[in-house]
Amino acid sequence: MKLISSALGTLIILLGAVTAWAGEPETSDFGQRFVSQNCSWCHGVALQGYTTAPRLAGQQRQYIEMELMSFKNHVRDNPLSQEVMWGALQRVDGQVARVVAAYISSLDARAANDGNEHLTGSGLAIYRDGDAADNIPACAACHGPEAEGVGAIPRLGGLSYRYLKRRLAEWGEGYHARAAYPMSAVASKLSDDQIEAIASYLSFVK
Amino acid sequence: MGIAGSRTEATRGGIGSVMTLLSPVRSMASAARLVLPACAITVISLGLLIEPTVATAGGMRADQGLQGKTEYCMECHGPSARGFVGYYTMPRLAGQSPEYIRAQLAAFADQTRGTGFYIRLAKVHALNPGLREALANYFGGLNIPSSGSVGSSAGETLYQQGAPEANVPACVACHGPVGRGTGAIPRLAGQLASYTRNQLANWTKERGQESRASDTSAVMIPIANNMSKSQIDSVAAYLSSLK
Repeated sequence: MKLISSALGTLIILLGAVTAWAGEPETSDFGQRFVSQNCSWCHGVALQGYTTAPRLAGQQRQYIEMELMSFKNHVRDNPLSQEVMWGALQRVDGQVARVVAAYISSLDARAANDGNEHLTGSGLAIYRDGDAADNIPACAACHGPEAEGVGAIPRLGGLSYRYLKRRLAEWGEGYHARAAYPMSAVASKLSDDQIEAIASYLSFVK
Repeated sequence: MGIAGSRTEATRGGIGSVMTLLSPVRSMASAARLVLPACAITVISLGLLIEPTVATAGGMRADQGLQGKTEYCMECHGPSARGFVGYYTMPRLAGQSPEYIRAQLAAFADQTRGTGFYIRLAKVHALNPGLREALANYFGGLNIPSSGSVGSSAGETLYQQGAPEANVPACVACHGPVGRGTGAIPRLAGQLASYTRNQLANWTKERGQESRASDTSAVMIPIANNMSKSQIDSVAAYLSSLK
């Protein structure tokens, strides 16, 4: 009986999708506690990312804040967002999003380095100048020369090749985010080879 | 979901009794740190199962005609070509003088403009020269609402009267009473303030036409150089508020 209760108790806790609120957002370590109790399970201890869950550390603060609310409001609708993030952030509000985003953006970020090294040259060329012949705009125009992003435009440098590839494919398939002009149109035009090259290049950018 | 979880008084009893039941599990977990939460396992499984299918290229990608090109331009220059502030500021094209747009496209192509950028402006603006006129007319004909940005009375004074003590002529003399420009002289009305500021503050660097200028933009070199930062800021704010 005790063993069954232990197993059941474990299952209940482990399967619970209820976010553990870490006290009031005004407390100075709220961001850190929120992250350790709600995010690091999937996004990694230092939020460097883990398999399908992207690195969050060092991301643009305004972008994180926007995406947190975008999950809560069910605007970002790609499959993993629906299956995992909508539930995880159902209780977040604007103030929590602001505090948590500020904390996450302050963390050091490590590059994933998981792309195809042989494609970084062609990836850089597309990232920097786009491809006018294919009507592909230069990513750097918005995301910056070091893929650092700005404001609500996300940092791409060092994100996982697998994550970037999936996101570019999802844009092309019509999935949404909150303020993602013009990513749907841009990604729809990218060929498989161009996605491979861009995602590979970016995964190595510090 | 964290095992470390809530320690509030209201839940202490419930959590406490479950914690007792879990003690063998907890010691295993803390010792080995190999127990992944179920949600992480679910996420990983889903990730391995999902094979993203990439949309095949077509439509706007292969469309080297006018519509494909205008869509491409607006992906940087903003919806309705109203301009867009990304890492760099891509200027508003809507309502711009077609002759001016054509001259800029030619300047990008022969690299009398825009050689000092990280992004090679000659490359991103590369297009069949036969499309220049059509693009210029398309964007020149776009009417968009006023941005509603806050103007500047100091900027308006500077625009209308110049600053003779600083050898800054009145902008109105060439750019017109409400900043619409004409012919080779660009429209400034409604331009993004950050773009106007960048141009005036960095004219020689941004335009790269100092020694090779074959168009009338060379007249801006001494004017821009003579303007102070606060003059640039105020006139840029004023212009962005114009319809």
